[in-house]
Amino acid sequence: MAKKIRQIAIYGKGGIGKSTTTQNTVAGLATLGNKVMIVGCDPKADSTRLILHAKAQATVMDLVRERGTVEDLELEDVLKTGFGDVRCVESGGPEPGVGCAGRGVITAINFLEEEGAYTEDLDFVFYDVLGDVVCGGFAMPIRENKAEEIYIVCSGEMMAMYAANNIAKGILKYASSGNVRLGGLICNSRNTDREKDLIEALAKKLGTQMIHFVPRDNQVQRAELRRMTVIEYSPDHKQANEYRELAKKIAENKMLVVPTPLEMEELEELLMEFGIMEVEDESIVGKAESAA
Amino acid sequence: MSDKIEKKTVAGITKESTQAMIDEVLAVYPEKGRKKRAPHLAPNDQLSGKACVKSNKKTVPGVMSARGCAYAGAKGVVWGPIRDMVHVSHGPVGCGWYSWGTRRNLMSGKLGVDQFGMQFTSDFQEKDIVYGGDKKLKVLLNEAKELFPLAKGISVLSECPIGLIGDDINAVAKQTSKELDIPIIPCNCEGFRGVSQSLGHHISNDTIRDYIIETREFSEPIGPYDIALIGEYNIGGDAWSTKPLLEECGFNVKAVWTGDGEMERIAATHQVRLNVIHCYRSMNYMCKVMEEKYGIPWIELNFFGPTKIRESLRALAALFDDSIKEKVEAVIAKYDAEMQKVIEEYRPRLDGKTVMLYVGGLRPRHTIGAYEDLGMTCVGSGYEFAHSDDYDRTAPEMPEATVVYDDASELEMEQFAHVIKPDLIGSGIKEKYVFQKMGLPFRQMHSWDYSGPYHGYKGFPIFARDIDMAINSPTWKLVKSPF
Repeated sequence: MAKKIRQIAIYGKGGIGKSTTTQNTVAGLATLGNKVMIVGCDPKADSTRLILHAKAQATVMDLVRERGTVEDLELEDVLKTGFGDVRCVESGGPEPGVGCAGRGVITAINFLEEEGAYTEDLDFVFYDVLGDVVCGGFAMPIRENKAEEIYIVCSGEMMAMYAANNIAKGILKYASSGNVRLGGLICNSRNTDREKDLIEALAKKLGTQMIHFVPRDNQVQRAELRRMTVIEYSPDHKQANEYRELAKKIAENKMLVVPTPLEMEELEELLMEFGIMEVEDESIVGKAESAA
Repeated sequence: MSDKIEKKTVAGITKESTQAMIDEVLAVYPEKGRKKRAPHLAPNDQLSGKACVKSNKKTVPGVMSARGCAYAGAKGVVWGPIRDMVHVSHGPVGCGWYSWGTRRNLMSGKLGVDQFGMQFTSDFQEKDIVYGGDKKLKVLLNEAKELFPLAKGISVLSECPIGLIGDDINAVAKQTSKELDIPIIPCNCEGFRGVSQSLGHHISNDTIRDYIIETREFSEPIGPYDIALIGEYNIGGDAWSTKPLLEECGFNVKAVWTGDGEMERIAATHQVRLNVIHCYRSMNYMCKVMEEKYGIPWIELNFFGPTKIRESLRALAALFDDSIKEKVEAVIAKYDAEMQKVIEEYRPRLDGKTVMLYVGGLRPRHTIGAYEDLGMTCVGSGYEFAHSDDYDRTAPEMPEATVVYDDASELEMEQFAHVIKPDLIGSGIKEKYVFQKMGLPFRQMHSWDYSGPYHGYKGFPIFARDIDMAINSPTWKLVKSPF
């Protein structure tokens, strides 16, 4: 029987560090001897630059636009190999405000499937998905027979936690119709107060785990300036260890759950408990400064 | 037209019998569907002059509806017949291809030069969906102008994906119109909007209001008998019957909306004295706009069969002076004699025959009189996409207690035909083969079944011949339904 490829989707609020975390984790998995493919599902196409040392990879949709139709494309035109033999594809798509980026993701993933990009020697496929899941296209990676394992990148900031909870709601929808499960929260630290405790508490409420706490370290930026992962740039640095640790934890993770998203009030209570949010004073709501 | 409605009855049809027939069909539906469909089926209350059914509601999922979409209403009905414009179906190829001349709205002009509909599609591919089709549209508009230098304007009709991906056709039209120095009219008629093609008519009327009307003036002098013929689509050459007829009565028909229509004449219609509307459903909006904005009165007339034509012409003449009244009476006298001959020829073969109708904008009520001229009775009628005001106008035309059906499903039509056993069914291409396989004579009454015209005095002899041909064809004696 064919070996099952573990397909993993990474979601999280825009700007939280999904692409950086994904590429460093993937680099970690690769150095541990795994065959990995990254599928960038964001029209910005910055999901593979640290692996390929490239500014921007030629995307599936860019080439479709250039050549006319999807049928005119060959897999080798869009599938590039980088550090640690990691295979990289970017779906690509339009600049903001025109067309349909969601359809671009669907088109690109269909193309990869039809052209046999999911080869049996792969151990992992990672989908790095646009932060704001605005339409069905961005849920493509977690549809049937694709990623069944999701990790949410978040931090101790309020909006990041809101986003994490919303993504959990989305997973719940797909979990009931398929096999999508939440594997855990990855805390990409912003050095906020009691961040680790807070994310652990949130994870518990969501029925999952904080799989790893990635501390903030400027070594990540130093590596990024060179379009490299920390793992490749400075394999002996302590931050490289953190990513290898995260990679190992994901590889060994058995805790895959249907999440239990929080009601808005519940989430706000949690934030108040940790002092992130102040207790609401209903008497001031909707009152202009001059009326107070 | 006549003030007093004469009560019509059909032997064997009562409110109770019709309701029983409806209840039997409804019994087949699941509860939710039954509840939704029930208000759309009812026996006619002729003297009330009021709609007896609910209409213009979303089709019940799961039933086979004959309805079209907003794009179909815009492209197929309102824009497509305008002969001197290029019509662009913006989106994937199918919508443009399947609406290309299928409504048989004929066009005059020089063979091979300008006597055909000029139609384009932007033929969307994956990349156009993902990256947007604005640039492609611009290229297409340039090519259209170059390929068809005689075109007076271009319409851009949105298909479904345009509304989803947010292509800004309005901005492209505005900019390109300036560059090419030709009117380019954007119409946001995405198919998924509304419950039927009806919204497409409305959107198109609004587009004419916003982009076309009052942008031109007639070059010839304005006269007291200037009228426009609205909602006449020249199906099978209908306008080539009604327009000369009105001219014979002393009117100047300055514009036809939109059958064999010309954009610049449509644009100058704000200068006419009266609008004569034929298809009320698809064009009443602009009649009302022109009434409010320019004080142009409008009148709904019916040009099917000598009785209705006579009534219509007299109603029209009543709005004008004696010279028109005299001409109208002379025209009626001249043609009535001819029509009488037609009736004498066909009526003996059609007298007492029954017909069920299920069509679009105006025919479910307007054609009833033409059948009656031939001695036939309408025993059931309904519309795909009508509104309440259409059913109000239908009530007095149909005999008391006959069945009225709105947005009828295939099942309902089939069951009603089984019970009523009409001698003829007049409906669309989607219904045609169901009934022909049942062994029932059928005429495709959206496009006159490759025949026509049926309007006016020119049309009636053809109509009579076609109905006779359908009902009395020896074929039906040879066909045995397998069901």
